[in-house]
Amino acid sequence: MAEILKVGMADLKVCTAPDGLTTLGLGSCIGIAVRDPMSKIGGLAHIMLPDSTAMRAATTNKAKFADTGIEELVRQMEAKGARRSRMVAKIAGGATMFAFQGKADMVQVGLRNAEACVTKLKELGIPILARDTGENYGRTVIFYPETGDYVVRAVGKPEKTI
Amino acid sequence: MGKMSLENISDSYMDVLKELGNIGAGNAMTALSQMLNCKVDMRVPQIKLMEFSEIGAMLGGEEQLMVGVFLGVEGDIDGSMMFLLEKNSAKHLINKLMMGMASEGDEFNEMELSAMKEVGNIITGAYLNSLAVITNMKIQPTPPELTVDMAGAILSVPAIEFGIMGDNILLIQSQFFDEVEIDGYFILIPDLDSYAKILGSLGMPVE
Repeated sequence: MAEILKVGMADLKVCTAPDGLTTLGLGSCIGIAVRDPMSKIGGLAHIMLPDSTAMRAATTNKAKFADTGIEELVRQMEAKGARRSRMVAKIAGGATMFAFQGKADMVQVGLRNAEACVTKLKELGIPILARDTGENYGRTVIFYPETGDYVVRAVGKPEKTI
Repeated sequence: MGKMSLENISDSYMDVLKELGNIGAGNAMTALSQMLNCKVDMRVPQIKLMEFSEIGAMLGGEEQLMVGVFLGVEGDIDGSMMFLLEKNSAKHLINKLMMGMASEGDEFNEMELSAMKEVGNIITGAYLNSLAVITNMKIQPTPPELTVDMAGAILSVPAIEFGIMGDNILLIQSQFFDEVEIDGYFILIPDLDSYAKILGSLGMPVE
């Protein structure tokens, strides 16, 4: 029986098909789905902030940041037997929920999150096959490592698969 | 001041923040009651320091439809504030405000969104005003913004702001009711220096 594992905010998980992964209510955060099509091992990270090195406060949670989160996701997938050279990625989220987003380091955080993901995935040599980022609404995503389908749901909008 | 973080905040500081939340929410409810011209009761607010992964369990799940009002806080402290209301509760409030003339169904039209924004404005204004009086500081709100979306998506905004400071989010839950129960949530997000200022102004210096 295939299971859909839930990934929380600032969290990441890895699974093997036919199991799937989901994260609910992405706002300015990004859901990064990575897949090795050969082994059908998939991973999903729900990151909140672009850059771990720009933080004043120390943190132990790697999944909170795009840079450390993607690295950790890839590491855990490799530990399960996935190969980085075969990995492909899809990303969703990074909305601007309010035109005003608080303090200076919050300005366009959704946009900066998306950029940080693109940069990190490029650095690791993982191509981005599809993305659904930006705009001003929340997204729920479901990722199926079996097919690579990344289903995106939003309030009052038709469901789409990227 | 630099060493302060939400993780190592002591129980007595937590009690003070809780009391501030209590007074703030109390004032907000008084303002709401005047606006609606009816009696609004409230329960003792719950204050919760939660990990980000726990947020989903709150507010009826990440996909629960909520109305979020978000605004900046300026003056002697810096930060932002959010007031969240479950969508059906918001509709109920608006209907009350518009003397039962709100639209059918659970969607909001332009006028209702505008009315909701005004409710958010008054509620958060009263909340911040009481905080300003207690701490004897200048605290001014910026004009509010409103969105209707999934709880998780709306909460990502304050969560990210807390994420810059640590691994937890401080949430004040205030339940209030007239003839039906309404769940409202306040999230005050001062930056860490402002926490120290607030506590310091109440005679609790943070070393």
